[in-house]
Amino acid sequence: MSALLDKARLRQTRITGGILIALGVMMAVFLAPNAPGVATFRLSRPTDVWPVPNLLVPGGPFIYVVSALLVFLGVRQFLRGAAKWSALTLGIGLAIAVAAFLVWATAGKSFSLTGMLQASLVRAVPIALGGLAGVLSERVAVVNIGIEGMLLAGAFTGALVGSLAGGVAGLVAAVAVGGLFGFVLAALVVTYRMDQIIAGVFINLFVLGLTSYISSQVFQEYRALNNAPVFRAISVPYLSDLPVIGPVFFNQNIFVYGAFILAGLATYYLFHTRLGLRARAVGEHPRAADTLGINVYRTRYINVTVAGMVAGFGGAWFTLGSVGRFDEGMTGGRGFIGLAAMIFGRWHPIGALLAALVFGFADSLQQKLALLGTPIPSEFLAMAPYVATIVVVAGVVGRARAPAADGKPYVKE
Amino acid sequence: MTKAMERAVSGKLLGRSQLEDLVVVPVFAFVAALVLGALVMAATGVDLATIGTSYVALVRGSVGSINAVSETLTAAAPLVLAGLGLALGFRAGLFNIGAEGQVIMGGLAAVVAGVALGDMPAIIALPGAVLAGALAGAFYASIAGWLRAVTGAHEVISTIMLNLISYRLLDYLLRTPLIQKEGRADPISKAVPDSAELPQLLAFLDPNLRVHAGIFLTLAMVALAYWLLFRSKLGFEFRASGENAVAARFAGMNASLTIILAMAIAGAMAGLAGANQVLGVLDRATPGFSAGIGFNAIAVALMGRSHPVGVLFAGVLFGALEAGGRQMQVDAGVSIDLIAIIQSLIIVFIAAPLLVRAIFPWGFRRERTGEGGS
Repeated sequence: MSALLDKARLRQTRITGGILIALGVMMAVFLAPNAPGVATFRLSRPTDVWPVPNLLVPGGPFIYVVSALLVFLGVRQFLRGAAKWSALTLGIGLAIAVAAFLVWATAGKSFSLTGMLQASLVRAVPIALGGLAGVLSERVAVVNIGIEGMLLAGAFTGALVGSLAGGVAGLVAAVAVGGLFGFVLAALVVTYRMDQIIAGVFINLFVLGLTSYISSQVFQEYRALNNAPVFRAISVPYLSDLPVIGPVFFNQNIFVYGAFILAGLATYYLFHTRLGLRARAVGEHPRAADTLGINVYRTRYINVTVAGMVAGFGGAWFTLGSVGRFDEGMTGGRGFIGLAAMIFGRWHPIGALLAALVFGFADSLQQKLALLGTPIPSEFLAMAPYVATIVVVAGVVGRARAPAADGKPYVKE
Repeated sequence: MTKAMERAVSGKLLGRSQLEDLVVVPVFAFVAALVLGALVMAATGVDLATIGTSYVALVRGSVGSINAVSETLTAAAPLVLAGLGLALGFRAGLFNIGAEGQVIMGGLAAVVAGVALGDMPAIIALPGAVLAGALAGAFYASIAGWLRAVTGAHEVISTIMLNLISYRLLDYLLRTPLIQKEGRADPISKAVPDSAELPQLLAFLDPNLRVHAGIFLTLAMVALAYWLLFRSKLGFEFRASGENAVAARFAGMNASLTIILAMAIAGAMAGLAGANQVLGVLDRATPGFSAGIGFNAIAVALMGRSHPVGVLFAGVLFGALEAGGRQMQVDAGVSIDLIAIIQSLIIVFIAAPLLVRAIFPWGFRRERTGEGGS
């Protein structure tokens, strides 16, 4: 078995190397000759307290340097002992490739980098919270495909209750309904031993059906029920005046702050408290945990319910945190991208958050590129986050280890 | 009803547990889903009389007339085709959520091939277009199979991403000059020429009866899937890898190849579903022409217990729900999204027999309910 695993890992390392080399060569051939002029990245607005000069990058030379680096990283993958750093290499390689791509698109034009980073953070929120929900439930060995549905439920509830009783009530209700679906998932897989993936698919289909039904049956007629207030950005005094960092990190709405705080709390809970240790034990070896007197069923119920609440909070972002109204199927696969973020982040809350930031960046990048008027059709730009998800899942899986009992039902003897 | 079942059991037509699995659970699942659907309607302010009207419309729209039966079969064919593919995947231990994307790719390829072969006689154009659909679906699905086999990327995530990619790809391709209808700026394909169309079967009775030759294709695929799964070596390998991947590998089966082949065949079936839609019903490809077939097919495959004959029955049931749902929307003004709720509830009851046993304990023999406790 271990020889097989090594072989698979070696093959994966080589695929990573191949991807990086191909990317480097393609950049040198296609992008570098077509990037005349200097790319101007605006870092601050004229009204800022401490203005920073614009960042000027010469197009062609920068892309040639990046292609050389990519080829170097790719070749390194074929040398001995590369497997250890393979994921990191892939991450760095993709990051600089994206930077080069951005320079290519901006060459001869100017563009607000700070604005894009700010949008990245905003767009990372539902993915980060979805990923965090995934971490919380998979750490107790419950695979949660239903995150997409929980996000959608949160978005819907946020809009409905937010319209009726105000934003805070909407947020509380969204969290509660997310938790309810978490509880339903736990009940289905723990008590009724339903296949975990089918249970998740059920939640997704059910929530999509229910919210679309109410949306077309009720919201069409009573539009006032789908007109919720939006949480405005809160700027942190002094810190928000910092150049670049200020607008990006300290002038956001409660969902962005919430995602960071929850990721920190989850890390503390899972790795520094007794309850977290028990939860992880349930995920790794439920029988051993049971023998030591940990209530496996109750632990799974609680953690999956909390995961649902986190996803409900993330779902409220779609309505209370951005547009204030619910549209059918508005989550658009963010829950699944969140699962990819969880895998990319190696089942660690902070890792999932960082991975979500990468996806959020890809998402806002494609929006900005569409505005910059690149020759690439907008449909292909819109695919970028999904392609990135596939590359990440293909490149990282197998290296990152899921909780040992992940996906397996536990039957008490 | 229980008495009748007792008699059927005492007559040894079916073993008791078989009867429970194949008849009692699906029937309870269906009834419970309808009851819960009525509760959802009641909760959204639909009055009792309208709820009655809607369920009457559901029956009338699905089996109430020749036209209703024609609509049911028309809606069932693609669900059965895509459901067969998913069932094959489930048997091989692959949870392929990507049927929707495979339906899109298959349908698009069938349109392209149909237009290209339009001048040929139907005996070449039609099979050519159908085959193109199957191949495109197979190719698109085998991407996920390849990723799973080579890198270990879980097919659930990669197929969902491939679905999302396929929507964008469809939007893009429908605007390319090769595919887009002449003189149009919006994404819409050229019409499939008559020679590549699946002929309507009952047009001599009434040209509005949409049921078409795709139902024969569907029945042939049910037989093929049955043969493949239970009579062929490949099917045995699929089932062996699905039951116990490690044992299958030690028995000398090539796990990677099995995964890729299983995904490819599943994709071919879903591609056929797409081809069936564009060649038999829609006449062209437009954004969203897949209409969630790939997702409903998941429910069909689950309800059919991943058995080709079961998938056939489940597909007809879901086709009936869809045809009836449209009638319901017309007669009672209840949104067709209600059908999606009912379908998802059917899945949950089918996939969690313990839940059905907990809700309806009197339908089952006492000893077996003991499993659900503690």
